[in-house]
Amino acid sequence: MNNIIIKNIVRFLLLISIQLFLLNKMNLFGFLNPFIYVLFIILMPLKINKLLLLFIAFFTGFTIDYFGNTPGLHSSATVLIAFLRPGLLRAFFGNIEFTLDEEPNIAKLGFFGFFKYALVMVFVHNFSLYFLEILSLSKIVMILKNTLYNGLATMVLIYIYIFLFTRNKT
Amino acid sequence: MRNLINFLWNNRFFSVFLILELISLALLSTSYSYHRSLSFNLSNDFAGGILNTTTNISDYLHLKETNKTLLEENAFLRNQLPSSFLSTDTNIIFIDTLFQFIPAKVISNTTNMQSNRIIVNKGSLHGVEKEMGVISDNGIVGIVIGVSDHYSTIMSALHQNANFSAKIKESGQLVNVKWSGENYLFGEVNDIPSHIQLIKGDTIISSGNSIIFPEGIIIGIVDNHEQSSNKDLSIARIKFGVDFNNLTYVYLVKNKMKTEIDSLIMLNNNE
Repeated sequence: MNNIIIKNIVRFLLLISIQLFLLNKMNLFGFLNPFIYVLFIILMPLKINKLLLLFIAFFTGFTIDYFGNTPGLHSSATVLIAFLRPGLLRAFFGNIEFTLDEEPNIAKLGFFGFFKYALVMVFVHNFSLYFLEILSLSKIVMILKNTLYNGLATMVLIYIYIFLFTRNKT
Repeated sequence: MRNLINFLWNNRFFSVFLILELISLALLSTSYSYHRSLSFNLSNDFAGGILNTTTNISDYLHLKETNKTLLEENAFLRNQLPSSFLSTDTNIIFIDTLFQFIPAKVISNTTNMQSNRIIVNKGSLHGVEKEMGVISDNGIVGIVIGVSDHYSTIMSALHQNANFSAKIKESGQLVNVKWSGENYLFGEVNDIPSHIQLIKGDTIISSGNSIIFPEGIIIGIVDNHEQSSNKDLSIARIKFGVDFNNLTYVYLVKNKMKTEIDSLIMLNNNE
């Protein structure tokens, strides 16, 4: 149990650092800003208390907002995906039994399973973020375009992160 | 009341979600208008300090380029020294400084949002105040919206609420410059009277009508102007003078007469 808390704190610091000091500073192709920190919410233990997850998500989003000076923008998007996560897991993987400390990784959910789960989380996050930021139906094409490109870039980075930082237990 | 509490408790997952979401949206609502951004933002020394440290590292990569622009600007300023004019020229009158420039380093900057903000390493201890203008060697950058002791937050020109009073250099016609929100390189001049035809390369400069910026600071160069037949006012696309994606040093502009002008405006409003 302690082990998993330490693991998540390390992961939190690592992902937030990558987000703030690397991704937020560079501007891929002039407009991409992948939000890799979402992976922290995605990889939370499967059986985590739903309420706790909401607060953790709020704290994560608020940290990004605090340093990027974007009051409320990332917090609202992360709280939304934390709210949807339990339902999403039930809908996708209702028939798989989870133990207490397990994380939703590729080994547990399968390659395709993890892909569709992460994809939905990332895209809901990106869409709500751009929607709230732009907040104008006349710019819906721009919202969708940003969501699509940035969501895909986030997915690519998530896979790079997973392949770099996951130990193979074979 | 008890029913309500029961209801909230039974649906506590949803209630907590709703409360957190409402807090976020309340915070977010401050960024939708210029005046609200002035009254609330997250400018602070703690975040500023951390961002500053990481910028110090990445600065080394830009040293060569920064040197070059500083050199160019030095040369330009040298040309304006009294000693570079003929002493027989009696037309030069020395007046009190109206605008004072505070140099600052950019420690955080975005260009890919709708509401882009820049954080620089000068704050109230260095004389920075809210609603000061920000320029760089190449033109207008933005307006200060938040100040802490050592750092300040700037509403970049790439911000949905940013709106600059400008004029066309050739004709002196007053216009407004906004950002269209799509490409960080281009802005929009959206109230050009129909009798004016801009050509590619025309310069748009600050009007000097607002007390925030001195007159004649470059905002951008006209890139494309399409005359619309059915409207009185047409829109032109301009290329910003500043490359917002590559911003290292800026100047914060302090108008020494600002308080005086402000109190005059207040006086007029009260009457």
